[in-house]
Amino acid sequence: MKTWQCVVCGFIYDEARGMPEDGVAAGTRWEDIPADWSCPDCGVAKADFEMVEAGSVAA
Amino acid sequence: MDPVLIIGSGLAGYTVARELRKLDQFTPLVILSRDDASFYSKPMLSNALAAGKAAAQIASAAAEQMAVQLKARIIAGAEVEAIDTGRRTVQVAGAPIRYAKLVLALGADPIELALQGDAAHEVLRVNDLAAYASFRAAIEGKQSVVLLGAGLIGCEFANDLLAAGYRVAVIDPAQRPLGRLLPEAVAERLQHALAAAGVSWHLGTTARAVKRDAAGLHVELADGTMLKTDVVLSAIGLRPRVRLAQRAGLKVNRGIVTDRLLQTSAANVYALGDCAEVDGQTLPYVLPLMQAARALAQTLAGTATPVTYSAMPVVVKTPALPLVVCPPAALAGSWKLNPEADGIEARFEDASGKLLGFALAGTSISRKQALTKLAPAVFS
Repeated sequence: MKTWQCVVCGFIYDEARGMPEDGVAAGTRWEDIPADWSCPDCGVAKADFEMVEAGSVAA
Repeated sequence: MDPVLIIGSGLAGYTVARELRKLDQFTPLVILSRDDASFYSKPMLSNALAAGKAAAQIASAAAEQMAVQLKARIIAGAEVEAIDTGRRTVQVAGAPIRYAKLVLALGADPIELALQGDAAHEVLRVNDLAAYASFRAAIEGKQSVVLLGAGLIGCEFANDLLAAGYRVAVIDPAQRPLGRLLPEAVAERLQHALAAAGVSWHLGTTARAVKRDAAGLHVELADGTMLKTDVVLSAIGLRPRVRLAQRAGLKVNRGIVTDRLLQTSAANVYALGDCAEVDGQTLPYVLPLMQAARALAQTLAGTATPVTYSAMPVVVKTPALPLVVCPPAALAGSWKLNPEADGIEARFEDASGKLLGFALAGTSISRKQALTKLAPAVFS
């Protein structure tokens, strides 16, 4: 499981946690998130380059 | 063919350029920047320390990379001296550059407190990446920082400095941190959470002077208190950069006045981001900037598109007490509080119980998406 950080606002998506409140189940991998998903904090599109791999979470 | 000319390479300028390129690959694009035009995200500056990011790591792309990516000519170190809306030119180093459409993405300046004392000039402000690098150099190997201002940026910096092991004191004339954005009970919770994390609060007073002696800096407060510190950082708010627009005869109020098309009072001149006052709203946050950039890109590509502002919650990066605030668009109403085990939900409602805004703290921030859907648009 990995975490991804929005380089615009710092929002972190943690695959292990998912975003249940936004309809993304825990354990959803980054590549399985729909292309039209956008950063919940700043609205940056998934397709944009701003999402970077922040690092692996210790298993 | 004259280019679309963007003044400013901050988040506003680069985002509108990127959104335009998604719609139009061919219109010539020129971006003028006062600094080195590397791409970085300003909101990241107030939580980079605990994240272990040096200033150089915050810049994610150099000007040359941005130029390739955006198929743009990027001119770094360019100070725009004047705009001639009649001739459709801007003047840089005495020479005119023509434009077909001009986008002002000028940003905002930090408000400066008038301070006395022989070290008043040593007070730091972090409004761009270069200033952030100076700030990091100044705190290197030091122990203590005094922050002027308990607003959003002040609280974020305070939390970030604490997490990195600094002693932090915060001064603000208000009685509570984030007092203008939060209802009393939530602001009080934030005050206690940051105090528990180590902030020494000096609220209801102001800094009067900053002096230096052999032992370091001393901040003198209006109530007579003296605070010894290594570094003083000011974060008391932003003022839209309007002078260039004003001198060009554009209508200016608090910010550069635009309609919902982001068009200024001059034809073919647009403004967005922290410098702009869009239909009466100056909102120096990321979400409105993104919405404005998308709408303006459509307009520049030939489809006139007014910006819509949905409810736009602001995330406050204070890990001591995570916060989300969606400031009410209307003032008539009252706060209804719902304290939860490790959080608090505050709804701002009108007399009929309609949700106008909200503030969430602690574990209650999980209600953000649900409440955002219920909150009214700023304008639609």
